[in-house]
Amino acid sequence: MDAKTAAARESLRVVVTGHVDHGKSTVVGRLLADTGALPKGKLERVRAYCERHGKPFEYAFLLDALKDEQAQGITIESSRIFFKSARRDYVLVDAPGHVEFIKNMISGATQASAALLVLDAKEGVQENSRRHGYLLSMLGARRIAVLVNKMDLVDWREDAFKRLAAEYGAFLERIGARAERFIPVSGLHGDNLAAPSARMPWYRGPTALAALDAFAPEPSLAARPFRMPVQGVYQFDGDARRVVAGTVESGTLAAGDEAVFYPSGKTGVVRSIEEFPRPPKGGRVFAGSATGFSLVQPVYVRRGEIAARRGEKPPAVAARFRARLVWLGRAPLSPRKDYVLKLGTARVGVRLESVARALDASSLKADRRATSVARHEVADCVLRTAGVIAFDPVEENAACGRFVIVDGFDVCGGGLIQEALPDASSLRHEKVLARNLKWQESAISPEKREARYGQKAALVLITGARGSRRKEAAKELEARLFAAGRHVYFLGIGSALYGVNADLRAAGDHVEDIRRVAEVAHILMDSGLVLIVSASELTEEDLVLFRSAIDPDRIETFWVGSPPAGLKGKVVAVPGKTGPAVAAMRKRLADRGFYP
Amino acid sequence: MRRAPARDPLDALESRAIFILREAYAAFPRLAMLWSIGKDSTVMLHLARKAFLGRVPFPLIHIDTSFKIPEMIAYRDKLAREWKLRMIVGRNDAALKARKTFPDGAVDRLACCGLLKTQALKDVVSGEGARRVLNLRTGRYEPSRDKEPFTGIIAGIRADEEGTRSKERYFSPRGVAQRWELGEQPPEFWSLYKTDFAPGTHVRIHPLLDWREVDVWDYIRREKIPTVSLYYDQGTGKRYRSLGCYPCTFPVESTARNPAEIVAELRTGKLKDVAERSGRAQDADDGGTLESLRREGYM
Ligand SMILES: Nc1nc2c(ncn2[C@@H]2O[C@H](COP(=O)(O)OP(=O)(O)O)[C@@H](O)[C@H]2O)c(=O)[nH]1
Repeated sequence: MDAKTAAARESLRVVVTGHVDHGKSTVVGRLLADTGALPKGKLERVRAYCERHGKPFEYAFLLDALKDEQAQGITIESSRIFFKSARRDYVLVDAPGHVEFIKNMISGATQASAALLVLDAKEGVQENSRRHGYLLSMLGARRIAVLVNKMDLVDWREDAFKRLAAEYGAFLERIGARAERFIPVSGLHGDNLAAPSARMPWYRGPTALAALDAFAPEPSLAARPFRMPVQGVYQFDGDARRVVAGTVESGTLAAGDEAVFYPSGKTGVVRSIEEFPRPPKGGRVFAGSATGFSLVQPVYVRRGEIAARRGEKPPAVAARFRARLVWLGRAPLSPRKDYVLKLGTARVGVRLESVARALDASSLKADRRATSVARHEVADCVLRTAGVIAFDPVEENAACGRFVIVDGFDVCGGGLIQEALPDASSLRHEKVLARNLKWQESAISPEKREARYGQKAALVLITGARGSRRKEAAKELEARLFAAGRHVYFLGIGSALYGVNADLRAAGDHVEDIRRVAEVAHILMDSGLVLIVSASELTEEDLVLFRSAIDPDRIETFWVGSPPAGLKGKVVAVPGKTGPAVAAMRKRLADRGFYP
Repeated sequence: MRRAPARDPLDALESRAIFILREAYAAFPRLAMLWSIGKDSTVMLHLARKAFLGRVPFPLIHIDTSFKIPEMIAYRDKLAREWKLRMIVGRNDAALKARKTFPDGAVDRLACCGLLKTQALKDVVSGEGARRVLNLRTGRYEPSRDKEPFTGIIAGIRADEEGTRSKERYFSPRGVAQRWELGEQPPEFWSLYKTDFAPGTHVRIHPLLDWREVDVWDYIRREKIPTVSLYYDQGTGKRYRSLGCYPCTFPVESTARNPAEIVAELRTGKLKDVAERSGRAQDADDGGTLESLRREGYM
């Protein structure tokens, strides 16, 4: 085979799971040995090692490269193993069976596109056989083959195989999953792994290797709507291009297409696909490539947005959604705690709103009254994010519908979004989206205005308890900034409420009030101003509304006096006295780089 | 709808590595990449140039044991100037001065690696050790004033190299004292990596984890990546398969003269079933695995 044809071979990642001691490592070791994938001398070395230590030789030891693993006798980490068949190359991810190592099983399973599940013919279906089957199906694995192992221990009997296959098949069906194959094997003797077994003439199906080879490759996502989570916008010294960088999850894009970014709704025409050292052939990119593009007119977009294409189905934009997740944190997922959600390249605060049911992944016992999610539980729940995010329901586009939840410094759970749910901020956000889609970009770019005015447009929200001296502080700040040559404007919220919002006074629609003020602020900021808005007792909800209308990087919120507990960390507290308050605010604004 | 061109497995490996590099760049303001001058980390450097459109927006760290083959150092500085790289070189001067090295006969191979590589690397990462930076104008190394620790370190390890590396994550946290806590590894869901870390810890990032030796060579061939000539037979019937310090690295018998010939040799030729690091003496001294070295912070 020459280098060229070999390079074009496909490669498939397969996770191998199963209850501890059901024979995963033996099966994998045997597959490696029988397909000639072991480095020279490895088998001999392991045999010699076993002899030295007075242990019977095990194929499983081949994989247990780690000393302490051999000491414990259980596989503690998922590891990658490479081998090949005549058809394609494989990366096997050996996932441990012990319950404490579920996180490793998940790490293996979410990287794989097919799964082998090993069952012990004699011991039958065990706790982790069910748990792994359930997790595989919930994480979206569609191609599963079940290996009924240790057939030698049941005298190679067909009825034993059939009974177990029927039992486990029924279990999979109950959870909405399906195995493509059940295969009777013996890891110890090598039956039906790489070569057919002479001891089970009653079985006419494929060997494990043939079943793997029969798995269809991943379908291409190039025909789906274009999605590219933005990883960054790069502009390097000496290079005029601003490159929106990311990996295309689905669809295709070329120069001349109109890109729409979500959740902001900003749009821009693609000038060219940008890659180093040269753009791709035909100037078009497809699902799977790590790429970038520049726009005809600079548009201010940020990491975390999803780029889509005008004319195709847009992603959902919402701050509430229904999801199914698995929790791994030592402390339960609680509705009283703030977490961080990561989806695509976006990061946003998140809270558990409610739990529809929490399920023990092994017994499948559902707790419908659960209010939190315990370790190793799978739950259907509603999550609420601190601002709107863009995503696709997992049925439509898996890559943009998966998320993880971070508690402190640790990834503690992950899951899939099923559907967007309505809430006030998403409803308001539709208007923001519509505004951005219709927005007429001025020929003068924000950068040019920044250069002329020597400042970045910003919204300074000054709030505080009723009776606090926030208005005085706001006016004083305006005066000081003006004297220092800044282009600044003070807007008391009352000035807007009785003018632009006059029609709302009778209705008392507070959310709409805030939305309109945010829209006015958006226009003034687009003109390059530093805008100071004072309002009493803004709430977390109000801040979310401002953030969904205006780039959060351009907002600074000050609380005059001491803020209520719920807003700690979300606003910057400044002293109640006007002089020190203004000094603290000026310092903070300069630190954030709004002006030099 | 236009049909997508068939994607080569190398394209998939490349895309994933670029994605990981970009994620690392977004997450870690104090990020650096280890560049051993070997084929793997040079492939990684090439991937970084691709990821960031020709610029490498973070510094490269090279650990100089003073026992590297001289051609490697010349090649390093040549590429650094050509590609405008921010080079940082670290070295365990104390151990070298005290001659606490294997070539000096003072310590065994493992202890030597521990001092000249692991310790030197730790000290450069934490900022406690001297950092020498390349002045791109003069081509000379000067002491750096920057003492801030790095919080993200990109390393070119591959899962197929040996047992412990096959158990790594793409984003792998290192605890206090830079130790690798195998049992405490975070879950890795899809490509949503762990990028939050506690003060005093750092994260190792491994964009090449899924690459095999043959993929690396095939990619070097395809992308025409410049590599040190030590990897190729120059007429002696020998070449280096893996590069390290000259007292502990030995050439293999091979007549491959270029990347394409190496690929053929790895796929079907005589090196097909021989472990890559078989020319590295320290591995054998560690009971066939690098586990004890790696726990302490070795790459
Ligand atoms: N009799 C018999 N024993 C087996 C077979 N496969 C594995 N075993 C034994 O089952 C035990 C557990 O196997 P191992 O591969 O370590 O299981 P793992 O925990 O799933 O990786 C070992 O003692 C193996 O020798 C088989 O086909 N027949």
